[in-house]
Amino acid sequence: MKTLSEHILDIIQNSIRAKATLIEIIVTEDKKKDLCSLIIEDNGCGMNEEILKQATNPFFTSRNTRKVGLGLSLLKQNAEQANGSFNLVSETGKGTAVEASFQLSNLDRPPLGDVWNSYYLTLMSHDDIDINYKHVTENGIFSLKSRELKEMLGDISFMEKEIKKAIIELIKNNLKDINALN
Amino acid sequence: MTKIKSLADLKRIKEEVQSTIKLRENSDNPAQLVQIKVGMATCGIASGAKETMNYFVEELEQQAIDAVVTQTGCMGYCYAEPTVEITLPEKEPVVYGYVNKKKAEEIIDVYIKKGELVDGIIPISFKTIDE
Repeated sequence: MKTLSEHILDIIQNSIRAKATLIEIIVTEDKKKDLCSLIIEDNGCGMNEEILKQATNPFFTSRNTRKVGLGLSLLKQNAEQANGSFNLVSETGKGTAVEASFQLSNLDRPPLGDVWNSYYLTLMSHDDIDINYKHVTENGIFSLKSRELKEMLGDISFMEKEIKKAIIELIKNNLKDINALN
Repeated sequence: MTKIKSLADLKRIKEEVQSTIKLRENSDNPAQLVQIKVGMATCGIASGAKETMNYFVEELEQQAIDAVVTQTGCMGYCYAEPTVEITLPEKEPVVYGYVNKKKAEEIIDVYIKKGELVDGIIPISFKTIDE
């Protein structure tokens, strides 16, 4: 995974498989502490202790289509390579929270990438799930809630060319305004 | 054009668009739509499934083909990612492997538009004559 946006796209798939109805993505940048953190929280089925212990083992997966499960392992590896840390909390029936932090100035910290595409493509595929994105920098906070988007759009489809362009532009412009990392 | 920064700006775009678009006749009847599922697990993403999916969304919209593009999990063909499952109306699903932009273009032009199979099918829903 080359960018945070690819990790986001990837980890959200876990939440979707866990039947989450609400997914929160929070990216925080703190220049003073030289820290960048990515938090993904869901209200899905969660994991019991046994599975939780195994979750970052690349040779463990809950799928039966293949024998490896690399999503969380790769995120953990990337965080640790960039002088950061990785934390996974989960409770059966309540949900799961993944937190990965990176040293902001570290050369190995992945760039943010096209987080707007990750957000849009997931939203388009799963319109029954609420997906919220929040990005915090010292210049401000950008927050986007999929429910508000949906309510506003009504019966106009996300797939309309103009709507797609507008949603992506909205995210890009706001991230630029708060001077989000790239 | 002013920059789009808030939901209010988006609403303005929506109202502009609303009057010009035709409502999709088939949107309540998914069986009549072309259904495209892009494998979007770790293996797919690492191989560029995001770009492939984006291409399908843009191209089908551009060419006004009624289709639903969604994400799906790993189908077990990690070696052939990005994989894409395409279901034409009233046909069996077909899975294609190694779908980059170029392959996606071929699939749209030849399979989706003309119904002719193109190379690169992974035999997943494969049936013998006896079945």
